[in-house]
Amino acid sequence: MRDHFIAGLTKLAEQDGRIMIVTGDLGFGVLTNFADQLPNQFINAGVAEQNMTGMATGLALEGRVVFTYSIGNFSTLRCLEQIRNDACYHGVNVNVVSIGGGFSYGALGISHHATEDLAIMRALPDITVLSPSCDWEAEQCARTLVDTPGVGYLRLDKSSPGNTGRSSEVFELGKARTLSEGSDVTLLTAGGILEEVLAAAKILGEREIHARVLSMHTVKPLDGNAVLKAARETGGIVTVEEHTVSGGLGGAVAEVLLEEGVMPRFFHRVGLRAGFSSIVGSQKYLRKRYGLDAETIVKQVLSCMSRR
Amino acid sequence: MTVDTCDLARRVRIHALRMTSLGGSSHIGSIFSMVDIIAVLYGKVMNINPNDPKMPIRDRFILSKGHAGAGVYATLAECGFFDISRLSEHYQDGSDLSGHVSHKGIPGVELSTGSLGHGLPVGTGMALAAKLDKAEHRVFVVLSDGECDEGANWESIMFSAHHKLDNLVAIVDYNKIQSLATVEETLSLEPFTSKWEAFGWSVREIDGHDHDAIENACKALPFVTGKPSCIIAHTTKGKGVSFMEDTVLWHYRSAQGTEYEAALAELETNV
Repeated sequence: MRDHFIAGLTKLAEQDGRIMIVTGDLGFGVLTNFADQLPNQFINAGVAEQNMTGMATGLALEGRVVFTYSIGNFSTLRCLEQIRNDACYHGVNVNVVSIGGGFSYGALGISHHATEDLAIMRALPDITVLSPSCDWEAEQCARTLVDTPGVGYLRLDKSSPGNTGRSSEVFELGKARTLSEGSDVTLLTAGGILEEVLAAAKILGEREIHARVLSMHTVKPLDGNAVLKAARETGGIVTVEEHTVSGGLGGAVAEVLLEEGVMPRFFHRVGLRAGFSSIVGSQKYLRKRYGLDAETIVKQVLSCMSRR
Repeated sequence: MTVDTCDLARRVRIHALRMTSLGGSSHIGSIFSMVDIIAVLYGKVMNINPNDPKMPIRDRFILSKGHAGAGVYATLAECGFFDISRLSEHYQDGSDLSGHVSHKGIPGVELSTGSLGHGLPVGTGMALAAKLDKAEHRVFVVLSDGECDEGANWESIMFSAHHKLDNLVAIVDYNKIQSLATVEETLSLEPFTSKWEAFGWSVREIDGHDHDAIENACKALPFVTGKPSCIIAHTTKGKGVSFMEDTVLWHYRSAQGTEYEAALAELETNV
C-alpha cells in the first residue's frame, strides 16, 4: 500500500514542483527514489515531528503541497497540536501520512500500534481523513490529497487485499466503494483489514448469507448515503476496523444512522475494545488475538443475526 | 516616509492598555515588553505594504508569543492594515480579534498563535520556501523567553541552522519573567546566548527598548552569511508604566479604574 502511494505521489511530483515530502527520518528504501529524483522537493526533518509539521505549514503557506511522513503515531499524536493549530486552522494543503496503521508494526509494541488515530484525526475541524483499503485506493489517494484543499490525513497499512480497483474505475473522495453486493448484512471497513472482511464475506456466502462489502476509504467526510442505503437495504450493519471502537469508523457510521433516525435491524462494531494491546505479534496474529480476523467477524455477524 | 518609531510604540502601548482594559484581558506586561521591537520592525525594518498585505516580496512577521497579540493588532492598525476603530472589538463577544493573535479576518497577520513554541517551526518552513524560491524576503519571529522552554523551538533551531536559513530571524523578548515567577526561578535559560550559538546561530544581545539598537541590529542581518540570526532583546516586562514594570502580577492583571487612569497618564506624558 505504502509503495503504491509513494509511486503515485512520485509521478505527480515529477510534474508538479509544488509537491514536497517532509519525512521524520523514516522511509529507508521507500523514499530513496523520490529523494534522488526530486532533491528540491524532499526534506528529512530529522526525528523532530513538531518542527516537521510546523515547517510543513510554513512551506504550505508559501504555496507548497506538503506531505509529512512517519510511522504510526509519530506523524499524528506526537505533533497533534501542530496539525490542529498550524495546519488545520490555516487551511493549508498539508497532508499527514502515517504508514503502519493499526497493527502493521504489531511486534514492535504499543508505541507502534496506531489504534486511535482515526478517531483523533477525524475530530479535528477542516480535515479530510483517508484510510485506503487496497493498493489501488492508496495510489489514488495521492492525486486526491494533492487536489483537495486543506489538510489531509492518510492512514496507510502494511496489509492489503491487493488491487481491488476495476478498469476505468474512478476514485471519488467521500464515495464508498461497493466491493461485493449483498442483501443480508453490510460489512463496512476502512484499511487493509478489508482482506479479513472479504474473507469473512466469502465464508458467510458459503452459508448463503450474502454480505455487502463497502470500502469506506474516506472516513471524513463519510459517505452517509451509502451507510443509510446499506441499513435500509440490508438491515444489518457491521463495521470492521483495526482501531479502537471508540470514535473511529464504527462511531462515524453510528452517528450517521442515529442522526438520520435510521435504525438497522442490528449494529455491531468490530474493533479493539479493552485496554492497550500489550501482547505483540504479527499483524495477522494480533487480528486473531484481538478478535478482528475473518473468523471472528463471521461469528459476530452470525451472533447478531441470531439475536434479531 | 520616516516613521517616528518612539511615537508609534507609545501609541501602540496606549491602544494595548485600552484594549486589555476594555476586555478585561491579561498580558499587558508581555505586550509592553515587546512593543519597541515590533514598532521598529514595522516602522523601519520590514518591507511591508498595508495596501497589499499578501505582497509576495513582503517580509514575514510571526508573533510566536501569541498572548501579546493586542500589540500586533494595534501596530497593524497604526500602520494602516485596518481601521483603528476595530481595536475596540478586541476580546469582545463576536470579535475576530482574539486575545491570542489570529489571522482570520485580520489583514497583516501571517500566523495565528497562542500555544507556545509554534511560531519558529512555521517561520522555518517559510524561510525554507524562500530559499527554495531564491526569494530575498526575510522571516522575523518574536518569541518570549518562557516559550523557549518548549522543545519544538529547539527542533527548529537545529533544523534552520543545519539548512543555513540566514533569512530567518528569531527575536527573543527576554524580559526575565514568565507565568508564575522569574525565568531564573522557573527554568533557567542561561547561558542563553551560548545555547543559540552552540546550535549554529549567530547571536546579538541588545537593549530591547533602545530603538537605535534594534534598528542597527536589524540593519546588520544576517549577522553571519549562512547562519540564522538571533537577537536576544533584553527587556523589562511592563515597560512604560512604572508600577507594571518587572512584576509577575501584570502578566495577568488588567488595568481598571484608577490603575488604568494612572497607566494612561504615564504613557501620554512619556513622549
